[in-house]
Amino acid sequence: MTRAQFEDRFFGIVRYAVIAVLVIATVFPFYYMVMLSFRSTGALLLDPGALWPNLRELTLGTYRDILEPTSRGGQGLLAMLRNSALVSLGTVVLTLAASVPGAWAISRLKFVGSRQISALFLAVYLFPATLLAVPLFVMFSRIGLQGSLIGLAVVYIAQTVPVSIYMLKNYFTTVPLSIEEAAALDGCSRMTILRKVVLPLAAPSLMATGLYVFMIAWNEFLFALLFLAATPGKWTVSLGLSQMNNAIQVPTTVLMAGSVVLTIPVIVLFYAAERFLTEGLTSGADKS
Amino acid sequence: MSTATGGKRRRMSPLQAQQNRAGLAFVSPTLLVVLVIVIVPILWTVLLSFQQAKLIDLQSMNLFGNWTFGNFVQVFTQPGFWSSLWTTLVYTVGGTVGSIALGLVAALALRRPFRGRGILRGTMLLPYVAPVVAVTFVWETALSPQTGIVNSWGQHLLGWHKPIAFLSTSDYRADLLGLHVHLPLALLTVVAFEIWRYFPFAFLFLLARLQAVPGGIEEAATVDGATLTQRFRHILLPQLMPVIALLSVLRFIMTFNKFDDVYLLTGGDSGTDVVSVRVYDFLTASYDVGSAAAQALVLAVILMVLLGIYFAFFAKRVQEEQA
Repeated sequence: MTRAQFEDRFFGIVRYAVIAVLVIATVFPFYYMVMLSFRSTGALLLDPGALWPNLRELTLGTYRDILEPTSRGGQGLLAMLRNSALVSLGTVVLTLAASVPGAWAISRLKFVGSRQISALFLAVYLFPATLLAVPLFVMFSRIGLQGSLIGLAVVYIAQTVPVSIYMLKNYFTTVPLSIEEAAALDGCSRMTILRKVVLPLAAPSLMATGLYVFMIAWNEFLFALLFLAATPGKWTVSLGLSQMNNAIQVPTTVLMAGSVVLTIPVIVLFYAAERFLTEGLTSGADKS
Repeated sequence: MSTATGGKRRRMSPLQAQQNRAGLAFVSPTLLVVLVIVIVPILWTVLLSFQQAKLIDLQSMNLFGNWTFGNFVQVFTQPGFWSSLWTTLVYTVGGTVGSIALGLVAALALRRPFRGRGILRGTMLLPYVAPVVAVTFVWETALSPQTGIVNSWGQHLLGWHKPIAFLSTSDYRADLLGLHVHLPLALLTVVAFEIWRYFPFAFLFLLARLQAVPGGIEEAATVDGATLTQRFRHILLPQLMPVIALLSVLRFIMTFNKFDDVYLLTGGDSGTDVVSVRVYDFLTASYDVGSAAAQALVLAVILMVLLGIYFAFFAKRVQEEQA
C-alpha cells in the first residue's frame, strides 16, 4: 500500500470516529439535561450513573415545581418566562429599528465619513462588555432605571446593535442595485425604496438577524445579574435559575427542568432559521 | 468650507451632495443610539477610574472632581491582581487555541457531503446557541462529586478511588507513570468548557471557507501524487490561514473579557479568578465604582497592547511572505 492509499484509508476511518465523538460531545449534555429533568431527586442520588431513567420513576413533578408561582409552592418560572420574553422581544424590535437605516446607508449611500462610521460600528462590536458594565450600573442607579426591564432592554440594544448592523449590511449588499435604481427612476424617494423595495426583499434576512438578537437577549446573564438581582419580581429566566442554584436549596432535577424550559425556545428558533443565520454570520468569511 | 473654485476640497455635484445628505440622515439615528449607550458610557468609565468614587457618593458628586491615581495604585498593588491576570491569560489562550483547533478538526470531518450532514452541522452548533446558564448547570451537575455521571462512571469503570471535585480543586496531584504532577484542575475544566462551548463558532467560519475552496488545485495535486496530509498542509491550510487569524483575534478578545462562563461554573474560586470576575466583585461587594472602572480600563488597555503586539508580528510576517 502506498502512503497516499494508507492516508486515505486511515483518515477515512478517523473521520467517522471524529464525527461520532463530536456528536456525542455536543448532544449528550443536552440529552443528560432532559433525562435528569424527568427523574426524581431520590432516584438520582441512588444511581447517578444511569444513562436512561427507570420507566417507573419518571415524573413530571419537577416541571410543576419549577413553573408554578411561588404562592403555590413552586419556583415561579412562568413569571420569569414572561419577563424574559418581554425584554427579548423589545430588544429585537428596537435594535432592528435602530440598525436598519444605518446599515442600509453604509451599504448603499456614499457620504462624508461613511468609512469612519462603518469602522466605528465594527470597533463597538469588539468593545468588552465589562467596560460598559460599570458606567451603565452607575447611570441606571442614578436615574432610577435599576431594577427595571426597560433599562435592561436598553443595555441589550447597546450589545446587539453592532452585530445587527454588520449582518444587515451584508444582506443589503446582496440586493441587486438595479432594482433600487429602477424604483428611483420611477420616482420613489429613498425612504420609499427602503420600505417598499429593500425591506421586503431582505425580509428573510431581517428575520434571521432578529432571531440572532433574540437569542443574545434571551441568553444574556451578566447585565441581568447586575441590574435585577435585587428585584426578584423582574428576574429573567437565566437570572432566576442561577439565583435558585445559589441561594435556595432547589433540587438538581428541578433545576434541570428549568434549564430545559430555558433552552427550548432558543433551540426551536435556531433550527427554524439555521440556514439564514449561518449564512449571515459567515458571509464575510469566504471572501477573504 | 469655501465654495470658491480652486478650493482644496473638490466640490460635490448636486447629486453627490444630495446623496451625502441622505446618507447622513439615514445613519444618524443609528449613530446616535451607539453614541449614547456605548461611546458615552465608555468615556465615563475613563473619567470614573480617575476619581475616588463610591456608589453612595455619586448622587452628590459632580462629573469632574477629586482627581486621583489612587484607583490605579490600588489595582496594581492589590494582592491577587497579577495572578489573576496570569489566570486570565491561560484561560484565554487555552480557550482560543483549543476551540479553533477543535473547530478545524470538525470542519475537516464534515467537509465532504454525506447523508445527514445538514442535521449534523446544525447539531454541532448547539453548545454555542444554548443559554449559558443552562449549559453551565449541566456541566456542574455532570461533574458533581455526589450526583454527577462523570464521577459515577469514573469510580465504577475507570477505578477512581474517590470522586474528583473538578470545579473546586485548585491543585490536583496526579500520578502519571510514576511522576507527580500538579494540575490546576478547576482552571483546566473551565478551559475545557470554553473549548466545548465555542468550537462551533470556529467550525462555522472554517466550514464556510472550506466549501469556497475551488476543487481544481486539490485534484491536480492528487494527480501529481500528493497525499492527504500534504494536500492539507500545502493547499488547504494556506487558504484557511486568513480565517484562522481572524478567528484568533475575535476569540481572544471575547474570551479575555468573558464573565458569565467562569462566574457560573466556579464563581471565580479555586484558581479561576479571571479579571472580569474581579471587576464584578469590586462593583457589587464594595460598591467601589472607581476601582471597578480602573480595573476594567486596565483590562481593556492590556487587551489592546496584546492585540497591538499580535498585529505588529502578524503584519511583519505577511510582509515577509510577500517579499
